[in-house]
Amino acid sequence: MHPAYSVILFTTASGAGYGLLALLGLVGISHGEASSLAFGLTVVVVALGLITIGLLSSTFHLGHPERAWRAFSQWRSSWLSREGVAAVVTYVPAVVFGAVWSGLIAAPALVAPLAVVTAIMAMITVLCTAKIYSTLKTIRAWYNPWTVWVYLSFALATGAVLLAAITSVFGNFPAFLVYFSSTLLALTTIIIIFYWRSIDAAPRDLTMGDATGLGRLGQVSQWEQPHSAPNYIQKEMGYVVARRHAAKLRRLVIAALLLAILVMLSALVVPFAALLSMALALFAAVVQRWLFFAEAQHVSSLFYGAKAA
Amino acid sequence: MTSLPPPSAKKLGLVIDLDTCVGCQACATSCKEWNMQGFSGPLTDTNAYGSDPSGVWFNRVHGYEVKEPEQAQSRIVNFPRSCLHCEEPACVTVCPTGASYKRAEDGIVLVNPETCIGCKLCSWACPYGAREYDQSQGVMKKCTLCVDRIYNENFEPEDRQPACVKACPTGARHFGDLGDESSKVSQLVAERGGYDLLPEMGYKPVNKYLPPRARRDATNTRAEALPRPDGSAFDRLFQWADKVLSPKKASARANEPDNSGQLEG
Repeated sequence: MHPAYSVILFTTASGAGYGLLALLGLVGISHGEASSLAFGLTVVVVALGLITIGLLSSTFHLGHPERAWRAFSQWRSSWLSREGVAAVVTYVPAVVFGAVWSGLIAAPALVAPLAVVTAIMAMITVLCTAKIYSTLKTIRAWYNPWTVWVYLSFALATGAVLLAAITSVFGNFPAFLVYFSSTLLALTTIIIIFYWRSIDAAPRDLTMGDATGLGRLGQVSQWEQPHSAPNYIQKEMGYVVARRHAAKLRRLVIAALLLAILVMLSALVVPFAALLSMALALFAAVVQRWLFFAEAQHVSSLFYGAKAA
Repeated sequence: MTSLPPPSAKKLGLVIDLDTCVGCQACATSCKEWNMQGFSGPLTDTNAYGSDPSGVWFNRVHGYEVKEPEQAQSRIVNFPRSCLHCEEPACVTVCPTGASYKRAEDGIVLVNPETCIGCKLCSWACPYGAREYDQSQGVMKKCTLCVDRIYNENFEPEDRQPACVKACPTGARHFGDLGDESSKVSQLVAERGGYDLLPEMGYKPVNKYLPPRARRDATNTRAEALPRPDGSAFDRLFQWADKVLSPKKASARANEPDNSGQLEG
């Protein structure tokens, strides 16, 4: 599948934003209000900012951005519509929670209930994003039970390193955050390895003979393309560049995640190391997301000469 | 509404005969021509006369080579591919706006070009590669089954058929109601063993493909099976006539193996 940069930016930036929002909810539940107004506002603005940048980027990738509002209507059947609804609805508790938690509005009693709602809505939004991909039967690498966990774990892990990084800037850096974000990064590493093992092990048992139904006669191969230059289907579904470099890029993702963990642990001594860990984790997330698209093969590519899908 | 309507009794679709299709592209070009200004028009092209042309087509005719086990020569199968108007189309249910829909009355799957946001998700959901994005219009396009022809009362009844069906010079494309068991298309499917594309994916396509008929014994078309010169008086006469009638210069090549007495295999 063609890796559209807008979609990669959307899923990684919004993912990190929602992950951060969900973790702020946890902080709100366990610790109550933010330690300072400046810190609280900064974290909330970063979270909502990342979410907004991501959402805007995904909107600009549409053929008709001005019609985007129509996407809220089909939540009964479409995960993309559900994602749109969840994303917009999440703003309501998130903004109120942000104002109350940071201390902009003094209502300590409301912190916990708002935190719960915000955290749940943030995770539901990420789940909806993952479901868009994991319900597409036409793309075997996405139609996989691990897809949802990949999206959730990357959202939470990148959210956690963001939280650690911002906290390190504001001083008063608790060791707990280091352990917490390292654990999430480790969990994410394990999940992405399981995901890759799973898609590698999944049988690619559909052939050109199955797609055309001509397999019943004998061995099918492509004789002539229907057109002289690549069409939309080939450009959108037939992206193969990454598959050649997939092994290297996978190692790069794992190396970046492991390095992010080590650097995060070193933040116990030098708090600012959390910033470097954040950069590494975000880099890993972007490369992973690019691979997620570029490695995925679409069934329709069988009509255009793919051997198996 | 992108939730699917209850299954319709009427299931309009195409039956494509892979045995008689000659791959002439008449269906594809006449589709393009009609739909340039139809329900989903225009079907835009970019750089149409340049080195890298691209454009939107509803119908693409592939060519496949099939190597059959017991045959010395492989066969070519021309394979037109367009929207199959599935009974359970995932392209419809994934649509976030309701622009993609399946008509309750006849099962035709359409995209409303006025409300499509161009997110392309429907094209990802279709295993048949039937939907093509129109870059310059910013919306998704697909086969309309010529909904603007088949009910068009300005046309003579015999012309109320999809453009591709009307254009096919070998009668390889048939249009009708596949929900009605007594219809001509349903009978054709029953008679010829018409099949679904990728039935295992579960989208229940309405369009059916008629498989190429079994080949006649291939040995009777092979060179070895053709009559060879047997040294009879007729053969000698023809060889003499051939020699006499051949231009003089050709005699320089006369030392090469002479196949003139044989038919090309």
